[in-house]
Amino acid sequence: MSAVLDAAGPQAAHIGALWWLTFWLCVFVFVAVMAALGWAVWRSSRRARARRNADAGAGPDVAPDLQPAAADERRLGISVAVSVAVSSLLLVGLLVASVFTDRALAHLPLDNALAVRIIAHQWWWEVVYDDPLPDHVFSTANELVVPVGRPVVVTLQADDVIHSFWVPNLHGKKDLIPGRISKIEFRADREGTWVGRCAEYCGLQHAFMAYDVVALPPDKYAAWAEHQRMPAPEPASPAAQRGRELFVTGSCMLCHAIVGTTANGRKAPDLTHIASRRHLAAGRLTNTADSLAQWIEDPQQFKPGANMPTHFLPHDDLAAVVAYLETLQ
Amino acid sequence: MCFAFPDIRRALAVAQIAALAAAACVAMPGCERETRRFHKTPLEPDAREQAAAISGQQAGAPGRGMRATGSAAVYNEENAYALAQGRIWYRWFNCIGCHAQGGGGIGPALMDQNWTYGKDPDAVFVTIMDGRPNGMPSFRGRIPEEQAWELVAYVRSLSGLVSSDAATNRGDTMQGGPPEYMRKPERPEDKKGR
Repeated sequence: MSAVLDAAGPQAAHIGALWWLTFWLCVFVFVAVMAALGWAVWRSSRRARARRNADAGAGPDVAPDLQPAAADERRLGISVAVSVAVSSLLLVGLLVASVFTDRALAHLPLDNALAVRIIAHQWWWEVVYDDPLPDHVFSTANELVVPVGRPVVVTLQADDVIHSFWVPNLHGKKDLIPGRISKIEFRADREGTWVGRCAEYCGLQHAFMAYDVVALPPDKYAAWAEHQRMPAPEPASPAAQRGRELFVTGSCMLCHAIVGTTANGRKAPDLTHIASRRHLAAGRLTNTADSLAQWIEDPQQFKPGANMPTHFLPHDDLAAVVAYLETLQ
Repeated sequence: MCFAFPDIRRALAVAQIAALAAAACVAMPGCERETRRFHKTPLEPDAREQAAAISGQQAGAPGRGMRATGSAAVYNEENAYALAQGRIWYRWFNCIGCHAQGGGGIGPALMDQNWTYGKDPDAVFVTIMDGRPNGMPSFRGRIPEEQAWELVAYVRSLSGLVSSDAATNRGDTMQGGPPEYMRKPERPEDKKGR
């Protein structure tokens, strides 16, 4: 489940603690104000009753006592001053708590951190796993896999407009701004799968710009990364072979890359291991052969305005391309 | 004081309606400028032939599977979204590699008055899809037809040949001159004699 209060790491836990502090403080203030209001209503109705009784006894000649006594006035002044002081103290308290939360967020130990680069596009996420060894660098899309217990430093960039990176279970939000490089640091302390979202309105398909965040135990993560570095396997079946031929000679390779083939486009998601992903088109579709075929045929019915064009492929060709892409585990 | 003079009141009402109608007329061209056509139905007249041409993955005879009516081009050239998309394709599909930001390099400049193979939308479409001698490759089967038309519109906007209220604004990236919407039309017929 994806939730701010279901923290899976220290950063989200700090933010959760601040959230609970704010919540209980607000509950306290709300109850106190309501109690004071209730008391005031009860007191004024009692006084009005007493005054009516007094008026009835004294007759019309006696002027009603409109001026509160000096003692009342003083008591009023004191209680207002005390309320103002308490409110200010509570607000300053929240400020201090917020400052300390920020400090705690900035002090995540980053020894042996994993470096990941995320580039936001309209409307998908490019995830690049950097490495000092060039042949160890690999790239995936709409899926961030991290090892449990190891800090992650994500470098954030935007390709077109402002987006925002938000995995509520791990950390707060951080904007991705074209022309700027920002960083977000977090650690996942338990296994899990969560959903991250774009948290800054970025155009028509902003709502369909999600990504899966998966935390794996270190050994499983290493195996996953090793697999992602592998080029695409040779297709075995004739249909898949024909699909690859269509892919690398048609319009697909203009934007998409499949490592191990001549398709080397870098403007759309890297498809080297597309069949291993959970979702298609940034969380828009579950990844099945059927939904993949529908997506290739007419992406505009699922995400109007996306840069992937409609393809009028004959049925056999579409089936061949899908058969090939399904082999890319 | 209006209520004392019914004629003046009526005149004011008419004036208000006229002003509103005039404002609507002024705003109307904006509708066409902003329309975004996303969903291209696969049932257009020659879509199947087009599909065969693309799936064949070969250049084929010139003009095969091509609708050289020009209507799509005219539509694109008054539409800000189509022009902006064309600008994206111009960069994505590496037109920049040879034509730079329109000033030319390995390939000819696209922002001047010289058109080796014609400036009309149909001619530019054929140039992109079928290629031209001495280096211009054929993109048939690579670039889908709709994207090619958007590209045609953008290429023509480089020399100011599209309506300036729809042409693209200053971009975030490198630019070879003033933004497209500020460019004066560069027509071959205006060329000073040589």
